[in-house]
Amino acid sequence: MSEEQIKNLEAQFEARIARDEKIEAKDWMPEKYRKTHIRQMSQHAHSEIVGMLPEGNWITRAPSLRRKVALLAKVQDEAGHGLYLYSACETLGISRDELYEQLHSGKAKYSSIFNYPTVTWADMGAIGWLVDGAAIINQVPLCNTSYGPYARAMVRVCKEESFHQRQGYEIMIKLANGTPEQKEMAQDALNRWWWPSLMMLGPTDAESIHTEQSMKWKLKRKSNDDLRQQFIDQTVPQADLIGLTIPDPDLKWNEEKGSYDFGDIDWDEFWQVVKGHGPCNKERMNARVGAWERGEWVRDAAMAHAEKQQQRKEKQAV
Amino acid sequence: MKNENLYNYILGIADNSLILGQRLGELTGHGPSLETDIACTNISLDLFGQVRSYYQYAAKIAGDNRTEDDIAMLRKEREYVNVLLVEQPNTDFAYTMTRQFLFDVYHLLYLQELQKSTDLTLSAIAAKSMKEVSYHQRFSSDWMKRLGDGTKESNQKMQNAIDDLWRYTDELFHQTEADIAMVKEGIGVDVTALKEKYHQIVTSILEESTLTIPESKYFQKGGKLGIHTEHMGYILTELQYMQRTYPNMEW
Amino acid sequence: MSTKNWPLWEVFVRSKNGLEHRHFGSLHAADADMALENARDVYTRRNEGVSIWVVESKNITASNPQHNGEMFEPAQDKVYRHPTFYELPDEVKYM
Repeated sequence: MSEEQIKNLEAQFEARIARDEKIEAKDWMPEKYRKTHIRQMSQHAHSEIVGMLPEGNWITRAPSLRRKVALLAKVQDEAGHGLYLYSACETLGISRDELYEQLHSGKAKYSSIFNYPTVTWADMGAIGWLVDGAAIINQVPLCNTSYGPYARAMVRVCKEESFHQRQGYEIMIKLANGTPEQKEMAQDALNRWWWPSLMMLGPTDAESIHTEQSMKWKLKRKSNDDLRQQFIDQTVPQADLIGLTIPDPDLKWNEEKGSYDFGDIDWDEFWQVVKGHGPCNKERMNARVGAWERGEWVRDAAMAHAEKQQQRKEKQAV
Repeated sequence: MKNENLYNYILGIADNSLILGQRLGELTGHGPSLETDIACTNISLDLFGQVRSYYQYAAKIAGDNRTEDDIAMLRKEREYVNVLLVEQPNTDFAYTMTRQFLFDVYHLLYLQELQKSTDLTLSAIAAKSMKEVSYHQRFSSDWMKRLGDGTKESNQKMQNAIDDLWRYTDELFHQTEADIAMVKEGIGVDVTALKEKYHQIVTSILEESTLTIPESKYFQKGGKLGIHTEHMGYILTELQYMQRTYPNMEW
Repeated sequence: MSTKNWPLWEVFVRSKNGLEHRHFGSLHAADADMALENARDVYTRRNEGVSIWVVESKNITASNPQHNGEMFEPAQDKVYRHPTFYELPDEVKYM
């Protein structure tokens, strides 16, 4: 194709997106669109899969049977969400194994928040309430993103996700209304997860590189700073309601703006964790790589068996 | 307690599912593939669902203020009456699937009979659980065949698992005092009558899987009397951690 | 490194009798039985289905969007296939 032809196709492509038309897997698309989508969707999928680990850490120790089944179901949903997103990614011509390879080799990123340890039961509450809360703010707009398979996966994810945040908040309510020891546990979890949750919504707009293009392709509908503000404004009253204190001395309602002012985020910590030096980066990767490697003989055997069965069938047919 | 035999009988059923569910729960997030991970968690969830129905019923029978969680998490090791089979560790996926298969075949045969119990609550729980457990058996049997008749390596791993776990199967057919009393009342299942059928089903699936039952005639027992393998204490350490560290709180 | 990866399957679910099977998504499985079981565990955890079809993705033949012009546009101007093409007297209310 000549350069002019490509330009022409690109213009048509952008016009389709501007008209709110969806792009489907086999449609022509600029290489950059394909790459950007693979990157964002796979990062999202990896985050779901790695995100199973900090919560999975408490399945065997859940304090009641009711909490245990809810947590199991939630962590299982995360596996499902990872699966939907990997599948969406695969429509763009990259296999799940290649995507795993990128994750395991450290080439691909996932949400840094999962590199923090879950040290008490209250962390299950804080993760559901804050981390899933922040995730939903990010995800709901993606149900309308331009790439059809991604949008459809996100519709399914968001539908299932709605119980996750409630599950977490309910844990917090119970703790906050419990004994002083329980309330302290809840406050401690909020103290540890608040700032990482704010960081989870991404670097400030001034430092964010992909935003403009992503906005055009509807991979992003609002800027990181706007999303963060939205998250804070909706979460602070929820903390107030159950008598927990947001660990930010600078947090203050700004009547004029109609939203909260908040303190400085420690971006050094953010970049340290992103660059692989968070408290659990190594543990998370070891767990993922370990599971994959321990499963290799299982996957191989299943394939070998399937082939044998196929051959037997063919022989019978002769 | 007025109905002590019935109470103990229910624990005899439910403890198996509790400990097996707990073992499967350890694996969530660590399965050999995403799809298999989701499937194993589903089995765990089915088992915990059954456990809750049984313990809630047991709590009602006890008639004091105890709850399902007290029963699940506040007994001493010697008071748990699950069979040794279900507490065996997830050494690898071969052990996990073989343990599952050896239990599922028993579990389904058992529930088919429990469904006929004159105790309406138990028969209702059994009827509901049967659908779940039929699926478990189908799932684990398929995996026995895949891994038994897969590669040389997988065949060897599966045979090792069978060789190690088979010795825990005979206990499934031992009767406790509560068993005998409940069979007499038409409430319980005579497990001794299930043994032959169990062997038939297991043998036929293992044959298809190109695996063999070990020849040893020696079996392990004790779980039903509360004498467990050394694994059990660690399972309970995790299971009971919160209830023991923070007693008398609601979660 | 594994010699062969589990192939991709497409999953179609009928949510209740009376409705058609609808494409729900895809997954990996070594064989058809496994694909069916995985589909059940992945796509019908919340009671979404009463029947499942799975088909290995490579067995689907798809039209090429680059041929959409010749494939689909010729149908656009065949308005006489639609009832609104035909004129009726106002008195005829239902037809």
